[in-house]
Amino acid sequence: MRAPDHPVLSKGDVLLAVENVSLGFGGVKALTDVSFDIRKSEIRAIIGPNGAGKTSMLNCINGFYYPTQGRITFKGVKRPKMRPYEAARGGIARTFQNVALFKSMSTLDNIMAGRSIKMRSNFFWQLFRHGPAMKEEVEHRRFVEEIIDFLEIQHIRRTPVGRLPYGLQKRVELGRALAMEPDLLLLDEPMAGMNLEEKEDMSRFILEVNQQYGTTIALIEHDMGVVMDLSDRVVVLEYGRKIADGTPDEVKRDQRVIDAYLGVAH
Amino acid sequence: MFYREAGQFKTNYVSDSAIFPLRQDRIGLGLIIVAAFALAFLGNDFLLQAVMIPFLVFSLASIGLNILTGYTGLLSLGTGAFMGVGAYACYKLMTAFPGVNVIVWIFVSGFFSAAVGALFGLPSLRIKGFYLAVATLAAQFFLQWCFIRIPWLVNYNVSGALDAPLRTLFGVPIMGPNATPQTRYLLVLSIVILLTWLASNLVHGRIGRMWIAIRDMDLAAELMGIRPLQTKLLAFAVSSYYCGVAGALLVFLWYGGAEYDVFNINQSFFILFMVIIGGLGSLIGSFFGAALIFIMPIVLGLTLPALLSPFGISVGADTIEHLRFMIVGALIIFFLIVEPHGLARLWQIGKQKLLVWPFPY
Repeated sequence: MRAPDHPVLSKGDVLLAVENVSLGFGGVKALTDVSFDIRKSEIRAIIGPNGAGKTSMLNCINGFYYPTQGRITFKGVKRPKMRPYEAARGGIARTFQNVALFKSMSTLDNIMAGRSIKMRSNFFWQLFRHGPAMKEEVEHRRFVEEIIDFLEIQHIRRTPVGRLPYGLQKRVELGRALAMEPDLLLLDEPMAGMNLEEKEDMSRFILEVNQQYGTTIALIEHDMGVVMDLSDRVVVLEYGRKIADGTPDEVKRDQRVIDAYLGVAH
Repeated sequence: MFYREAGQFKTNYVSDSAIFPLRQDRIGLGLIIVAAFALAFLGNDFLLQAVMIPFLVFSLASIGLNILTGYTGLLSLGTGAFMGVGAYACYKLMTAFPGVNVIVWIFVSGFFSAAVGALFGLPSLRIKGFYLAVATLAAQFFLQWCFIRIPWLVNYNVSGALDAPLRTLFGVPIMGPNATPQTRYLLVLSIVILLTWLASNLVHGRIGRMWIAIRDMDLAAELMGIRPLQTKLLAFAVSSYYCGVAGALLVFLWYGGAEYDVFNINQSFFILFMVIIGGLGSLIGSFFGAALIFIMPIVLGLTLPALLSPFGISVGADTIEHLRFMIVGALIIFFLIVEPHGLARLWQIGKQKLLVWPFPY
């Protein structure tokens, strides 16, 4: 939909590169000298014990924090200091660890709100809800209905999301992020607090998004089974440092990862 | 029984995203509008002048504040001042350019308060909630100071008051001492209906969703590409536009003349209470709130003596006045306990129940 103002990347090219990024809050170092990359159309997992700096990493990527050192390159361009909405307009969408939906809006309106940046009609037409404004509304509604079908949430289309159970809220949040047609989708613990069945559903959606639309996904997850099954490559953080990076099999065998998760005998 | 969804199928997205998807709702709304216009010819001057015109003016101001506080979640105590900006702007414009029809100036005056509102909305990017309310108090005090201290605003009028000059439309006086309550009521009604329709279009489209997104979860909204500052300033501007027009209507089509103290902090609170009781984030709630807070005391004042006399209680006018305040106060508390989300929510629940009546669900 958007005219490509960046070089068009094909599968396997580096979409986002994190180089020597450090992030500190006063004396506390959340991230120290972390480097990794995310390639086009892959599912990249970021794992690590609690407090390892995973969410801080995501916050850096979508512009909520600016790294104190190092740099982030997105689509081949070094990212300047930016506000989160600029990152969003650049093509980065995300979901949150604790669901951050617009509680009073219906499922439909939440996902429609995700299309806000795609909508162009001006204030004048909005006032009259006619002409371009209505045409656009219908056009985007069609797209949103596709997402609703895809995520199998037709039955809750009109329900205010505040009333939905947690698992469905997570699904609506994924839908809202998908509505932005992102180049890079960041998922912060998409399966947290779900039962097995919900996890299976969510895994299926993540895989389908990745395969059907070729969306690049970076996810944080604690369920190792899910991570190992879904992701193409895994980066492991501990105390703000990268301790391993590679395919799930490599990471599983890495002694430092095993130590980080199971502890070391002193 | 007649209020049913059954049989009304939506076959395209245009009809499915209609603001009133139910045919019965559309008919009901049409009837209300017809009745409102008919009232101009059926009601007496007291009803039009002392009840309906102010009710409509306060409803419009409530819609304005509701856009800001209800939809965008930005608490403001500057409503009175923004209304004042509209009134003073309208006065300056229509005395400077008497050749242009005053209806044009009423609409244009709103743009002045929109600009002032957007200016005082700038701090909203950094501060939220009660702190923002305090920041808007600055607007209230500063603007009121301007109204008092800048004689240019009232054309160096010695009394310092605004007065409504005679203005006509097609030879009929619509403003000033010769305008009948009937014509003024019709004018106010038309303006309020038009602006309510526009507001309804706005809040149901992209812009409304962006406002609500900012209100419900501003962080997530920003991470979805919604620019917080622009969205909030737009809410301030639109909100102040409505308040400004309401202020112009209040002075020139209701009071017929006023001094600066009409636009004091009490006015701001008055409108805020209407919005809270009517329902935050609801246009119809703005009308309910204005009705409860403004019309209820009048109705009580008229009916209390008649209600009490069968019991052999005859009370003086001053006691009625006290009783009125007590009852209205108690009712406000009652409604807030029954439904903290305001009368609009009660209305919605009632409609939902009616849809499935006589079954519980």
